Amino acid sequence: MSSKKHTASQLRVGDRPWVKRSLIGLTLFLTTILLVVPLIAIFQQAFVKGAGHYFTSLLEADTLHAIGLTLLVAALTVPVNLVFGVMLAWSVTRFEFPGRKLLMTLMDIPFAVSPVVAGLLYLLLYGNNGWIGSWLYEQDIQLMFAWPGIVMVTVFVTCPFVARELIPLMQQQGREDEEAAVILGASGWQLFRRVTLPNIKWALIYGVILTNARAVGEFGAVSVVSGNIRGETNTLPLHVQLQYEDYQAAAAFASASLLALIALLTLLFKAFIEWRQERQETTL
Amino acid sequence: MSILIEHISKTFGQFQALSPLSLDIQEGEMIGLLGPSGSGKTTLLRIIAGLEGADTGRIQFGDRDVTNLHVRDRRVGFVFQNYALFRHMTVADNVAFGLDVLPRKERPSPSEIKKRVMHLLDMVQLAHLANRFPSQLSGGQKQRIALARALATQPEVLLLDEPFGALDAKVRKELRRWLRGLHDELGFTSVFVTHDQEEALELSDRVVVMSNGHIEQVDQPGALYASPNSRFVFDFLGNANVFEGKIENGQWRNEQAHIVLPKGAAQQNGQLYVRSHEFTVSETATDQANLPLKVVAINPIGAEVRLELSPVGWHSKDIWEMDLPHKVFDKKPVEKGQTVFVTPKAGYFFAQDAKQAEPLHW
Repeated sequence: MSSKKHTASQLRVGDRPWVKRSLIGLTLFLTTILLVVPLIAIFQQAFVKGAGHYFTSLLEADTLHAIGLTLLVAALTVPVNLVFGVMLAWSVTRFEFPGRKLLMTLMDIPFAVSPVVAGLLYLLLYGNNGWIGSWLYEQDIQLMFAWPGIVMVTVFVTCPFVARELIPLMQQQGREDEEAAVILGASGWQLFRRVTLPNIKWALIYGVILTNARAVGEFGAVSVVSGNIRGETNTLPLHVQLQYEDYQAAAAFASASLLALIALLTLLFKAFIEWRQERQETTL
Repeated sequence: MSILIEHISKTFGQFQALSPLSLDIQEGEMIGLLGPSGSGKTTLLRIIAGLEGADTGRIQFGDRDVTNLHVRDRRVGFVFQNYALFRHMTVADNVAFGLDVLPRKERPSPSEIKKRVMHLLDMVQLAHLANRFPSQLSGGQKQRIALARALATQPEVLLLDEPFGALDAKVRKELRRWLRGLHDELGFTSVFVTHDQEEALELSDRVVVMSNGHIEQVDQPGALYASPNSRFVFDFLGNANVFEGKIENGQWRNEQAHIVLPKGAAQQNGQLYVRSHEFTVSETATDQANLPLKVVAINPIGAEVRLELSPVGWHSKDIWEMDLPHKVFDKKPVEKGQTVFVTPKAGYFFAQDAKQAEPLHW
């Protein structure tokens, strides 16, 4: 039996040294030219006119405004999708209702549909000539080509992240913990805060990180509804494009380096969360 | 507290999980709900707890109607098969949970809660584990903690869903005895679900045998064993061998095999159920029976030797089992592959289509 196992493992793909070496080598090579070199290039290009120019271009009023708007969008999007994602995950994993499966499929639409299409749809609905937008226009409310529109499409584009992280975990954990808590007399809020939340804490944080990363970096949908008004409705990704089209390559890369930095920090935080989670699972 | 269950029924989609059934549980009684999976026993337990709502019927605790009372307000203790301990809380916090979530007016002071928790942990003999997390405990320890947690709020009704199902045989036996002791000492009313007939017979004051959403029989363990009132109960309470016989010249015949009817037995076709210890073995056929069987396995189990036998020249749906005391076996050992003849001493006869059995003795 054991000798059989041995020969089987000898025949496993990738067990021969040359297969192993060339696979790892190829992976590293591709990672380098596809990921690492462009990342380095961003920072290299950002500093091509020196550190002084780098910081002056970042401190330009329009750039500062773009940074502020981007942070505002993320700060509004994340809490909305945090609450919405938890509600959604709770509903589909804890209740049985007709259309539950359909709902789980529908929630992936923002992933499946191109963000540009999402942007156009919002424009069609909420634009000044749109179905809902024309009515809102009469009430003197403008959503499109203004920051509320940007927040709306960003919420749309990022809404599956939290729910997608929570659903598999909550399905796997089952309802027993919550049933035990409610039998012991816990109220709905006590149940959520003392039993459910600690159980889903790490997945929730993970979902929030992904939501935040996407909210900061979203381009397609935002570019349709923003109207690109410099210093008013320009988010950081849009600003990068605008600067580049103005032949301010170094300034564009300086702004881009900020986005790249946020992305790197996010990944670092994500790695830290994963490490914490793993450690907790092994010690618990 | 007594529990009165009246005409409770439940369907899940198209599936009738419980047909209307009624059950009267006395105060301080320990009731075992016994049945195969899908028999509705867990559904019934969850309806008593309030975790599921019944489609029809009424439930009463004592003289309080709880049919429409929320789980939270029923104040029952519930123990899950997989413990359902809160993994991020220490053992002590788990046990304290039911007290911690009480409304402020009813909640004991923190020091009082601590005292009660330690008392409960002492009771389950695990006080030294108070600061551990559930994942650091063995299965048996987890189940004791789950029990302590369920008892913290001093419920008068304790419900247990396959409480020992996930434990190994030795721990299961130990916990069973310990639970029975606790039940007798504290005097709550217990209902537990099990698919293990031995567990149900050993632990319960009365056993409720269920199948397909019906109650088949409710009786004390001894009475249940002595007079099973249906084929199902007979089958489920186990270790019965079935001889399918057609009447021919005062004998039940199945191909080459036959059994002579005892005096006074009605001459009808049907099935003879014989328990695994109600046989004698011989090397030749007897006047009373000609039942040749080939020995396919010999397993010493505890005080007995179990033979597995397959029919020779006649037909049976299942393999036959016989339990012989070691003494009897050692006197006349048989070997694997050998053909032996068995003779029933007592049995239960179900005439074709009859629900009731007729006990027989030779």
